[in-house]
Amino acid sequence: MEYKVSKHAKLTTIILVVVGLLSLVAGIAMDHNHHGVSGRLWANLLVDGYFFFTISLAAVFFLALQYVSEMAWGVTTQRVFQAIMAFMPVGAVVLLIVFAASSLHMNHLYHWMAEGVMEEGHENYDKIIAGKSAYLNQPFFWVRTILYIGVWMYFANWFRKNSLKEDKLNLDGAVSPVYKKAIIKGVLFIAFFAYTSSSSAWDWIMAIDVHWFSTMFGWYAFSGMWVSMMIVAVVMVQYLKKNGYLKEVNSSHVHDIGKWMFAISCLWSYIWFCQFMLIWYSNIPEEVTYYVQRFNDYRGLYIGTFFVNFMMPFFILMSRDAKRNGIFLIPVALIIFLGHWVDVLIMVLPGTMFEHGTLGLVEIGMFLTFLGVFIFMVLNALSKAPLQTKNHPMYDESLHLHH
Amino acid sequence: MHKEAAIREPLILGNPTYTDISNDVLHAIENKPTKLWKVLMVIASIAAVWGVGCILYLLGVGIGTWGLNNTVGWAWDITNFVWWVGIGHAGTLISAVLLLFRQKWRMAINRPAEAMTIFAVFMAGMFPMIHMGRIWMAYWVLPIPNQFGSLWVNFNSPLLWDVFAISTYLSVSLVFWYIGLIPDFGTIRDRATRPVQKLMYSLLSFGWTGNAKAWQRFEEVSLVLAGLATPLVFSVHSIVSMDFATSVIPGWHTTIFPPYFVAGAVFSGFAMVQTLMLIVRKAMRLEQYVTIKHIEYMNIVIIVTGSIVGVAYLTELFISYYSGVEYESYAFINRFSGPYWWSYWAMMTCNVVSPHLFWSKKLRTNLAFTFVMSIIVNIGMWFERFVIIVTSVHRDYLPSSWSMFYPTWVDIGVFMGTLGIFSVFYLLFLKYFPVLAFNEVKSILKSSGEQYKNMSDEEFKALHPVFKKDKK
Repeated sequence: MEYKVSKHAKLTTIILVVVGLLSLVAGIAMDHNHHGVSGRLWANLLVDGYFFFTISLAAVFFLALQYVSEMAWGVTTQRVFQAIMAFMPVGAVVLLIVFAASSLHMNHLYHWMAEGVMEEGHENYDKIIAGKSAYLNQPFFWVRTILYIGVWMYFANWFRKNSLKEDKLNLDGAVSPVYKKAIIKGVLFIAFFAYTSSSSAWDWIMAIDVHWFSTMFGWYAFSGMWVSMMIVAVVMVQYLKKNGYLKEVNSSHVHDIGKWMFAISCLWSYIWFCQFMLIWYSNIPEEVTYYVQRFNDYRGLYIGTFFVNFMMPFFILMSRDAKRNGIFLIPVALIIFLGHWVDVLIMVLPGTMFEHGTLGLVEIGMFLTFLGVFIFMVLNALSKAPLQTKNHPMYDESLHLHH
Repeated sequence: MHKEAAIREPLILGNPTYTDISNDVLHAIENKPTKLWKVLMVIASIAAVWGVGCILYLLGVGIGTWGLNNTVGWAWDITNFVWWVGIGHAGTLISAVLLLFRQKWRMAINRPAEAMTIFAVFMAGMFPMIHMGRIWMAYWVLPIPNQFGSLWVNFNSPLLWDVFAISTYLSVSLVFWYIGLIPDFGTIRDRATRPVQKLMYSLLSFGWTGNAKAWQRFEEVSLVLAGLATPLVFSVHSIVSMDFATSVIPGWHTTIFPPYFVAGAVFSGFAMVQTLMLIVRKAMRLEQYVTIKHIEYMNIVIIVTGSIVGVAYLTELFISYYSGVEYESYAFINRFSGPYWWSYWAMMTCNVVSPHLFWSKKLRTNLAFTFVMSIIVNIGMWFERFVIIVTSVHRDYLPSSWSMFYPTWVDIGVFMGTLGIFSVFYLLFLKYFPVLAFNEVKSILKSSGEQYKNMSDEEFKALHPVFKKDKK
């Protein structure tokens, strides 16, 4: 069945973008920071660029994982995951603009890029940061950034293009050659992603608080992007089913995607807690400053986010029935979606806005604008191909999923 | 019913009937022990007795008989503890996590893996207890109201969390394992001919009837226990890692420890399952049920968890540089170039480099190679704990406190002893317990058995007239 973006959906995305932009303008007008509003805008571009880009990225990972682990149930929803990848180009451009502006000193997101930080004798000289110069230097940063984005997008395109190609094959009982290749590509992607999911989080996010370090940080960012992506998948499947699409997806499939959202929420909470607890417990000055800052200036949001992101799915979606029912899935999904966005916000703001960061009109406006564009890109990609794949060797098994 | 994708390889080879499956699995229980079993039992018993002797000597004379000193206060004891408790994780992962993931291949290996878990946790639990020196006071770790004055456990200490985590883990694993055994004990009881045997298995089977209601409850309980055991897979080794990571010792305090310890535990556990299963499937002629595909799947788990561990090692190494903390950097430089460089490189070779040989399909489906690899990984994971524990502390902040650790014969004897005691338990299990969950294996025969997979839909339906009706 082909999906068409309904007028209603188009209108919604337009409203989101318009309201977002209005709120952004209002926010800028009302901003009283004596340093000007530009720092806040750049920080927010990074927050939303990263948040939505990594949702698309996590979809590539999950698709690769489906092939590699011989996962059958996901085949009937494969096109949904492929559609979620569609925001990647926009997200990549936003991130590259932000980084380019940082490199050109148009913003001050990354203190290590500032003039003289690495130069002995300069008034900005910082010995600790200078010690990191073998890793944190402009050429190497750009090589890494371009490598990550380039390779990830190559795989995203490959999976999408070949899945569409697979539909048109005439196999006559043979196993699809695309499937076999996809397993190999999946393995390669996951191997590459295993390193780059961590190192990109260091480069783009952890390096904001440049003195600070945590070995767990890469996995923390990874679990966050994964759960945000699962949330989007849960909501999309519910939305499509409600509008009469995805008839092949039964309550067992819904249950399975719900389980993933539940499980990865737990994973994220586990990693959040371990990182926090170990740093709080040992109370070493080099490390604990990160949390001290968040506790002093962002306490409510910071602690609240953790409890909401952990407790909501954990208690509400514990039961089998809840994971099969949109009435439970949708509210939880929407609330923790905001929760994980706030999580990214608080990864970025304390290191860029210090005590001046807030969750105000600018933040909301930027989020809504990105959300509108994201939804539009994803639905648009969904309408470009049939909602069910053909010729996937596990399709029949997936169709008959029942548990 | 007959809907499993054709490209999935069969999980039961040949053409066994339900009775064949029971016969094959119960052969060991219903017959006299083989010569191989007896020989292994004698060897294991000697090691076990030697180990018990060493432990008694240790308890009599004191912890000073170990090679510990003021600087290196933890060494082989805690290394062995972590190694054993880590090995246990594979059993829980197979029985609980793979159940939740509906992996049918777990059916052939869950029982022996769970047995391994339980015996490994026994061995692990012993080390902290003998480490106390006065083992008769071991119950002091429990928060029991008492009249000893101000004696109370320290809830702030991860060592106490360990007590709770591991005892919970042991209880849940034991219940899970036992519940799984009940239907199989029922079958053994029904087939037993000797009265004593019949009585014993009758008691063990809790009056299992095998009717539909019983099976339905069985499945529900399994699912609930799997749900409880899954967080335990994470919590136990996370808390073990916190024994180190909550400290301020460079090399011990690092935030990635909890998930990385869990991955390492699964890694070492699967290696141990491979070591055991490769012997068991051959000696007990279970090749039809524990197929090359099973071995391959386990090897893939080994590559994945080994790679996670590899990423974590490199992350730690990188951050030790990136942090700019002098002590942090030194801890790692000392690891790979200090006096214990050989243990670091043994760990790196065994855990990070060698599992990558499994990328080759030829190698990961080769039994002899897999066996050698499983031993290598077991050794590598032992060294990992040794590296973390000893090399992080042996060079204290003050060079005047620098020291080395040399194991004594008691250190070695206790470790060898645990291998022996573990093997004795395991051999008894192989002789008196149904070594595969054969009633569960039967449940996948018609979806994943070779002869059924090769059938056309028509042939399958002809065998099962009931399916003719649902033809739309």
